[in-house]
Amino acid sequence: MAALLEVEHLRIEFPTRRGTLVAVDDVSFSIDEGEVLGVVGESGAGKSLTGTAIIGLLEPPGRVAAGEIRLMGRRIDDLPYEEIRKIRGKQIGAVFQDPLTSLNPLYSVGRQLIETIQTHTDLSPTQARTRALELLQEVGIPAAERRVDHYPHQFSGGMRQRVVIALALCVNPKLVIADEPTTALDVSIQAQIIALLKRLCRDHGTAIMLITHDMGVIAETADRVAVMYAGRIAEIGPVRSVIKEAKHPYSHGLMGSIPKINDTKERLDQIEGSMPRLTEIPPGCAFNPRCPHVFERCRVERPELLDAGATRASCWLYAHG
Amino acid sequence: MAESPRPLVKVSGLARYFDVSAPWLNRVLDGQPRLILRAVDGLDFEISKGETLALVGESGCGKSTVARLVVGLYRPSTGSIVFDGVDMAGLGGRAEMAPIRRRLQMIFQDPYASLNPRWRVSAIVSEPIRAFRLIEGESKIVERVGQLLRQVGLSPVDGEKYPHEFSGGQRQRISIARALSSQPEFLVCDEPTSALDVSVQAQILNLMKDLQRQLGLTYLFISHNLAVVRHIADRVGVMYLGRLAEIGPKTTLFTLPRHPYTRMLLDTIPDLDMTGCKRTPVAGEVPNPINPPSGCAFHPRCPFANDRCKTERPEPKANETGSITACHAVEEGRPPAGPLPAAAA
Repeated sequence: MAALLEVEHLRIEFPTRRGTLVAVDDVSFSIDEGEVLGVVGESGAGKSLTGTAIIGLLEPPGRVAAGEIRLMGRRIDDLPYEEIRKIRGKQIGAVFQDPLTSLNPLYSVGRQLIETIQTHTDLSPTQARTRALELLQEVGIPAAERRVDHYPHQFSGGMRQRVVIALALCVNPKLVIADEPTTALDVSIQAQIIALLKRLCRDHGTAIMLITHDMGVIAETADRVAVMYAGRIAEIGPVRSVIKEAKHPYSHGLMGSIPKINDTKERLDQIEGSMPRLTEIPPGCAFNPRCPHVFERCRVERPELLDAGATRASCWLYAHG
Repeated sequence: MAESPRPLVKVSGLARYFDVSAPWLNRVLDGQPRLILRAVDGLDFEISKGETLALVGESGCGKSTVARLVVGLYRPSTGSIVFDGVDMAGLGGRAEMAPIRRRLQMIFQDPYASLNPRWRVSAIVSEPIRAFRLIEGESKIVERVGQLLRQVGLSPVDGEKYPHEFSGGQRQRISIARALSSQPEFLVCDEPTSALDVSVQAQILNLMKDLQRQLGLTYLFISHNLAVVRHIADRVGVMYLGRLAEIGPKTTLFTLPRHPYTRMLLDTIPDLDMTGCKRTPVAGEVPNPINPPSGCAFHPRCPFANDRCKTERPEPKANETGSITACHAVEEGRPPAGPLPAAAA
């Protein structure tokens, strides 16, 4: 199947007075149509920045310094503001972490939906309202006819996130970037939202880039997963392989450090130290100071993504020949 | 339990109500009633020495209020908290509280907000030592601070730095060092790892377990993460709208959950082993605690609810499995074993 989104050698920089910070460095991946790609990593790993760069919402002074982002073969990272606005919302939808701040508190949810629908299609106001109602019903808002004129503060957190999902899906985009969509929600609501996202994307054939730090959410939802570390992809592959038999020492340690509900081991595996700050990324492999398998080459030469069985890992352990 | 020696902490009938009414004038003019939020509404539990009791629940269930009540940051509306034989609600002023305060300490969720940014780490860690006059002499205090920092995995030279120079996990280590500096027996931890990344969370959980073993600490651990709770706790209490739905030993609660809410929570957690697995997400949300449902607060979401649940509030009853459950359905043997049916919306 043709790749829907291709990201190649993406590099995001922040020029500062004390030099340029490289927040995302040489990140390449692709998402197929209808596929769910999970992106995990600790805070500061660059996962959200990658997402914002794809929808063209990178805030200055942050900038895409190198690489290409292509949607359906068309390059979108260098488009002028007006052009990217047409793509954003119509072809790429977005769901952010905090549903309260991604909705305008001064407009009713119906008006926000109608506005988005009318921006991207030529439906009449009445048709747009009907579509908005359908959407609210589809995302499981009870009594949608009444709720459509309510304001965001009248909804609970879970219901607000449903509205945000309705907004993201209102003109049937090809791709939804979901940045920590369940992090602000309670566990029982989290499960509802994940199930909803999965169902909608299956029904509409929408691809999702699911950014989260919660491996559990990824395990349930994603087809493939990319593990990010210090602005680079450490490992990428089918979700089952990455969880069960992670090849990169970082993703392996990360899986071991997650407490599991059915596991009664006394101590969690722990990775010593913490992720380096952007100013202190070591030469070679960024993980080398914490890596239990580190050897000389790791300290000087930076590994590319290499084939490591079912997944691809950027680790010299998998360099053959 | 009668057979065990006196528990370190015994909480009975604990309740805390907050008045969230509109101002008096508005109430009089608009004829609005008084609004009382029952954050914690009748809680009984005990914690033995050296044990970890975890309280889990969704946001708004009152678990953090319990933490603040137990350390004395709030006064209970009714009920008692007996710490090592002394009823804390009966203590009057600061002077009477001081000897108890030294023996219990708290670790907060947000290590960015709970450390004074303008103090050096050594001042933060030594504050309880100075406040309780535990050690005389500056050089001895410095030595003790260094020892505490080493104990939590930092270096004594870190005492000269300010909190902003540390990462989230390191800051939480500083919070732990500060809590340990008064040599407490009992630590109340309110979501201590929720703000941290998973690999750092593992470090902090391992550290807390090590310290418990070395120092014989007793923990009250508040969390919303059941997997974390399973890892750290000996006994677990599941809270729903200010009440305990179920409390029992960890293994019983996780392998043989009785209360429908506990079963629902266990069913909904996304887990690494559940890849591609089909689940029935539970309908409904936590109701508003200002106006909780009548009878059992869980009945609108419960697949086994009947008319009795709507009118009569269930009292906690001991099960044959060793846990205590507040549920009419469990008492009458209504819920079938096996997976939960999907609840009505």
